[in-house]
Amino acid sequence: MNNDIQIFYFANLADKLNCENEFFPLDSTPTTLAQLKEQLSERGTVWHELLGEASTRCAVNQAIATEDAILKRGDEVAFFPPVTGG
Amino acid sequence: MISVQTEDFQLEREYQRLIARDGAGAVVTFIGRVRDFASGDKTFLLQHYPGMTEKVLERIEQEAKARWSIIASTIIHRVGSLNIHDQIVFVGVSSKHRRDAFAACEYMIDILKTQAPFWKKEGQHWVEAKDSDQAAADAWLNADSWQALEKD
Repeated sequence: MNNDIQIFYFANLADKLNCENEFFPLDSTPTTLAQLKEQLSERGTVWHELLGEASTRCAVNQAIATEDAILKRGDEVAFFPPVTGG
Repeated sequence: MISVQTEDFQLEREYQRLIARDGAGAVVTFIGRVRDFASGDKTFLLQHYPGMTEKVLERIEQEAKARWSIIASTIIHRVGSLNIHDQIVFVGVSSKHRRDAFAACEYMIDILKTQAPFWKKEGQHWVEAKDSDQAAADAWLNADSWQALEKD
């Protein structure tokens, strides 16, 4: 688990991907958020569609992040749809 | 003060907290409740992202304090299973004069609705985000950039 990041999925993403959280091994080279999305998208059509959706939000270490964010081991990444609280 | 909790909240108690310090000549409170929704299945769920939610709410409160003259403020948001007509969210502000309290209260709920990681599920379907909520938040944020331009 040394090279792992933890990934959380919320709301309809968790339902459709059938996953709420997981540990994911990082490559040894620096990985960007965009590259992580590519790797996860290889799991199948649902992953590809949901992670590729323009409305899907990403957070790294609990702050909204852009595609060029660089991930390091121990980071916490989250994917979720637009928020609907209040 | 911010709180993410499963328990209900009481308006009177929150009001007393907001006026505990001297000088609170104005108090504005907002409460959001679960509406009637058309579905045979009446379950209502509020999911959140623990950790990030608290950080975002703290930040929203700090932004409001930086922008307006506020004596005390409170954001409470409930999570978990709720029923129709249950209280969901409380935003309260006390200030010396009414304009600060009105504006800060509206700012906090508008930004919360588009930035705090909560998701509503009505029956079996996840509620979709509304463009009108994003527009309300954008209006505050665009006003910020106008202010920044004026300062330049």
